[in-house]
Amino acid sequence: MWEIKFSGFGGQGIVRCALITGKAISLYDGKYATMTQSFGPEARGGACQSQLIISDSRVLYPYCTVPGVLIALSQEAFDKYEPGLGDGGVLIYEEELVKPSGDPNRVKRYPIPATRFAEEAGNRLFTNLVVLGFFSAVTGACSPDAMKKALPGLVPDRFLKKNMAAFDKGYEYGVTQHDAVAAGAVQ
Amino acid sequence: MSQLPHKVTADPKGVESGPHFMDGDHALAEGALAAGCRFFAGYPITPSTETAERFAERCPSVGGLFIQMEDEIASIAALIGGAWGGQKVMTVTSGPGFSLMMENIGLAVMTETPMVIANVQRGGPSTGLPTLTAQQDMMQARWGSHGDYRAISLVPDSPQECFDLAIEAFNLSETYRVPVFIMTDETVGHMHEKVVIPPADQIEVVERNWYKGPKGEYRPYQFTGKDVAPMVKAGDGHRFHVTGLTHDERGYPALTPEQNVKVVSHLINKIDSNVDKISRVEEDGIEGADVVVVSYGITSRIAIRAVQEARKSGLKVGVLRLITVWPLCENKIRELAGKIKGFVVPEINYGQIVLEIERCAAGKCKVISVNSCGGAVHDPEEILTAIKEAAK
Repeated sequence: MWEIKFSGFGGQGIVRCALITGKAISLYDGKYATMTQSFGPEARGGACQSQLIISDSRVLYPYCTVPGVLIALSQEAFDKYEPGLGDGGVLIYEEELVKPSGDPNRVKRYPIPATRFAEEAGNRLFTNLVVLGFFSAVTGACSPDAMKKALPGLVPDRFLKKNMAAFDKGYEYGVTQHDAVAAGAVQ
Repeated sequence: MSQLPHKVTADPKGVESGPHFMDGDHALAEGALAAGCRFFAGYPITPSTETAERFAERCPSVGGLFIQMEDEIASIAALIGGAWGGQKVMTVTSGPGFSLMMENIGLAVMTETPMVIANVQRGGPSTGLPTLTAQQDMMQARWGSHGDYRAISLVPDSPQECFDLAIEAFNLSETYRVPVFIMTDETVGHMHEKVVIPPADQIEVVERNWYKGPKGEYRPYQFTGKDVAPMVKAGDGHRFHVTGLTHDERGYPALTPEQNVKVVSHLINKIDSNVDKISRVEEDGIEGADVVVVSYGITSRIAIRAVQEARKSGLKVGVLRLITVWPLCENKIRELAGKIKGFVVPEINYGQIVLEIERCAAGKCKVISVNSCGGAVHDPEEILTAIKEAAK
């Protein structure tokens, strides 16, 4: 079972990330997924988070208890949610927006310049898809094929190809970083 | 004259067949459309607004009508008009709006007007916790409008069940000419999960029982206490009356104690005499159990976690999930009370349905409430502690 928390600030496509992953898992990866999201004043401008539980059997409790994966796309999100990430968990963060503090060895840290990659792929609006590709590669929680199948309907049709390209960029970078972290080259 | 519900398959126009990743609010709208609902009048309120949005968005392609009303009082008034105009009708709301609806819900009950009202519950009282979950309106669904009456309340535990129970709510509403409430909550309403919408020809829908006799002989009411009179569309040339006053078979005021006995006992007995057909529960491990956890909606999923833990430590724990909360499966509770050590009743309220369980248990076993003031689901540990206490 995976407990995953996506976090950042409103407008970064945090909720969309969880929606795409949840749809990919439950419709195309043959597992169960339950997604919930922060819903309230904090979603507008401040820290925004979305939670996804993935399981081989029906999900009962719909919220994260101790997340095993945290995606943090803002400093505020890192500060607020990193302490709750389980020991030995996976932290994925936007390296140009987040300066991580605390014990670097408590969790496995995966930095990515996602916004810059998205700009290179055409528009910073694709940042969340870069992150999703990266997430797929470093965690293996969801197959890249399922993710891509889930995109139609959740991103505008006219930007589907560019979103796919952004996903691939993140995925390819993730494969290299995953190996690097495993080898101890990246902290 | 007994009229069996006329079942047909769903109109494919309203059915978005296939697997979806969808939240409970949207699934309610899809279930309503699949059931043949084509008229929605409502006033937006968190956390139910997404249902209204989805219905409104889908209306043009299915030939439905969506009206945003000035308030929730008017919403029910519009539903009563829409239903007598021949449509299957629905609205959706949350606590504050549910309170406003109560007067006209009584009118719908009295005039035996079929409608479906979903309450996506949030923390109260008053405007309370607009964005946070609760199950605090369960007694309001039973007693909220004045006078003696019965209505039906269904409680889904997932987006899939929001879809399934929306169809069932319409079917029950048409069968018994009664308002049916879908008492869901913010957690289920906003939670996304896989929802499989079957092909239209696999969805069974109860058609309205239309009057087919000669004009001039139509009677909109029959006070049998079992089944209900057929309906007609207003404007089709039948002469009858629809009023909240105590009325005769033609619907005209008949303000005597004797007539009130006929009307009120019919309103009550048409539900009470059909409890076995209406009531649905899900059971697991009841046989030989020492403790039975009675729960509904999102809380039943949280409770299963506690039950699994309790079973690991050797306790014999059964689960009774109420899919239909009103009418309550009283006989089942009474029967179980004589066999077990105790019921555990977790609810996201200060203890509502537990009062009914206590009443039915009548002192034959322990009844432990695991209550909450609303705003969040239970910590499974709290339920586990109560299970251990009940098993002593």
